[in-house]
Amino acid sequence: MGCWIIAGITFREAARKKILWTALIAGVGFLALFAAALHFQIQDFNARATAPFIRYQILSAMLMIGLYVVDLLAVVMTILTSVDTISGEISSGTIHAIATKPLPRWQIFAGKWIGFAGMVAGFVLLTFGGTIAVAYVMGGVVPQNAFHGGLLVLLECLLTLSVTFLFGTWFSTLTNGVIVIGLHGLAFMGGWLEQMSGFTESARLVTVGVFTSLIMPTESIWRRAAFEMQTPLAGSLPFSPFANVSIPSPAMIGYAGFYLLVAWLLALWHFGYRDL
Amino acid sequence: MLLGLVRPTSGEAFLLGKPEGDVETRRKIGFLPEHFRFYDWLTPGELLRLHGRLCGLSHEQLKSRIPQMLEIVGLAPHRDKRIHDFSKGMMQRIGLAQAIIHEPEIVFLDEPTSGLDPMGRRLVRDVIRAQRDRGATVFLNSHLLSEVEITCDNVAFLKDGEVVASKELREIGTDEEVHVSARARKLSSETLAGLRPWTTLTTVEGEYLTLSARSAEVLPEILRHLVSNGADVYSFTAQKASLEDLFMRIMGEDRGL
Repeated sequence: MGCWIIAGITFREAARKKILWTALIAGVGFLALFAAALHFQIQDFNARATAPFIRYQILSAMLMIGLYVVDLLAVVMTILTSVDTISGEISSGTIHAIATKPLPRWQIFAGKWIGFAGMVAGFVLLTFGGTIAVAYVMGGVVPQNAFHGGLLVLLECLLTLSVTFLFGTWFSTLTNGVIVIGLHGLAFMGGWLEQMSGFTESARLVTVGVFTSLIMPTESIWRRAAFEMQTPLAGSLPFSPFANVSIPSPAMIGYAGFYLLVAWLLALWHFGYRDL
Repeated sequence: MLLGLVRPTSGEAFLLGKPEGDVETRRKIGFLPEHFRFYDWLTPGELLRLHGRLCGLSHEQLKSRIPQMLEIVGLAPHRDKRIHDFSKGMMQRIGLAQAIIHEPEIVFLDEPTSGLDPMGRRLVRDVIRAQRDRGATVFLNSHLLSEVEITCDNVAFLKDGEVVASKELREIGTDEEVHVSARARKLSSETLAGLRPWTTLTTVEGEYLTLSARSAEVLPEILRHLVSNGADVYSFTAQKASLEDLFMRIMGEDRGL
C-alpha cells in the first residue's frame, strides 16, 4: 500500500514540477522532427522515381536512426529525472518525515522505483511506438521484431534507473550523475570499439568491448535490440550503431537482467540499512 | 534513533515496548524533525493527505481530519497555496499538523518553536497542551528553555548523549536556595543578624535588601521576622531558580560546543 502511495507521489512530483510535460514535449518534438525528415525524403524519392527496394532500405535505415535516438534520449531522460530522487531527499532531509511513517524503507525505495519505471515506460512507449507509427504511416516501413526491440530498450532504461538508484543511496546527486553518465559513456565507447573490431579484425578490441559490457551492459542491450529490429541490409553496414559485427548473445541479455536485479537489490539493501 | 532514522552503534532501545525502528509502532508515533523539509510543490491539504495516508488513515477519516488540522495550526486561509510560498513559521505549522494528524500516542517535536513569532509559539504551546490533554506523551526537544518551562511537566538534561539529570518542573527551586529582593525601611543591624538561621547571604544598600533564603519554605518566617522587628516592608519578591539556572548548573561551563 505504502509502496503505491510513494509511486503515486513520485509520478505526481514529476507532473507538478513539469518534468513529465517537458519530457513529453521533447518526445513529441523529436517525433515531429523525424516525421519532417521522412516527409522530405519521401518527396525526394517521388521526384527522382527511386526504386522501391532502395526506397525501402533507406527508409528502414532512417527508422533505425530514429530508434537509436529514441534509445539515447530515453536513457538520458532516465538518468536526468531520477538522479536526485534518493540522494536529494536524503541530503535535504525530506526523507525524515517520510521514513518515520509506518512503512518499511523497502516500500519507499520500491515505490520511487515503480514511479520512475512507469514514467520511463510511458516515455519509451510514446517515442519508440511513435517513431515506428510515423515510419509506418508515412513510409510503410516497420522494423522486424519491434516488440522485442521495444522491450530491450525498456530493459536498458530500467537497468540505468536501477544503477542511478544504487549510486544515489551512496553518493550526492552530482557524484551520482557523474558516475552513471561515466558508466554509460564507458559502455558506449566499448560498443564502438567492438564495432570497430569488425573493421580492423582485432580480437583484442572485442575483448575490451565485452569487458566494458560486463561493467555496464546498456550499449550491449541496444546492439541486441538493433540486431533484432533491423533489415539485413542495414545490419551489413560495417561501421554504425546497428552493424551486425559483434552481436551480443542472448546470454548477454540474461546477464543484463541479472545485473539489473543485483543493482536493484543492492540499492534496496543499502537504502534500508544506511542512516538517514 | 528511536524512530529508525539512525542505527544504534551499540545497546538497545524500546518504544512502547517494541524495539527501536519497529514499523508498526511508528503508527502510534508523530514526529516533527528540526529541519522540516517536504514536498513543497504540494498544498498543505495535499501534504496532510499524503502523510495521513502513509499513517494508514482512510479517505473518510482524512476528509474530516485535514480541514480540522489546518484550522488548528492556523493555515486554513492558506489551504490553496503551494508550500514553497510558505514562510518558515507556516512550514513549522504544517510540520506540526503532519506530526499529529493520526492522533499518535507519542509525539516527538524537535525544536518546534524555532523561527516562530510570538503568536506561532503560543499556537504550538496550545497544540502541545491539547495533545497532552488527549492523553498523548509529547517529547519536546528544545534549547529554548523558557518554552520548556512554560510547556513541559518533566524535563531531562542530555549531555554528550546521556541523560545527566531529570526532574519534574514543579520541583525546580522548591528545595533550593531562593533569592529575595525586598524594599524596606527601619532595618536595624539586630534585625538583619536575626535572619541568619534562614539565610545564607544578606546585603543591604539603602532601602534595598537582597538575601538568599535556604529554601522557599522559610520565606514566611523571614517576612514575619522583619515585620515583627519593626521594619516597614514595601516589597518582598522571591525569585525562584529558573530552568536556565538549573541548566547552567547541570551542564557546567560552556566549552564552545
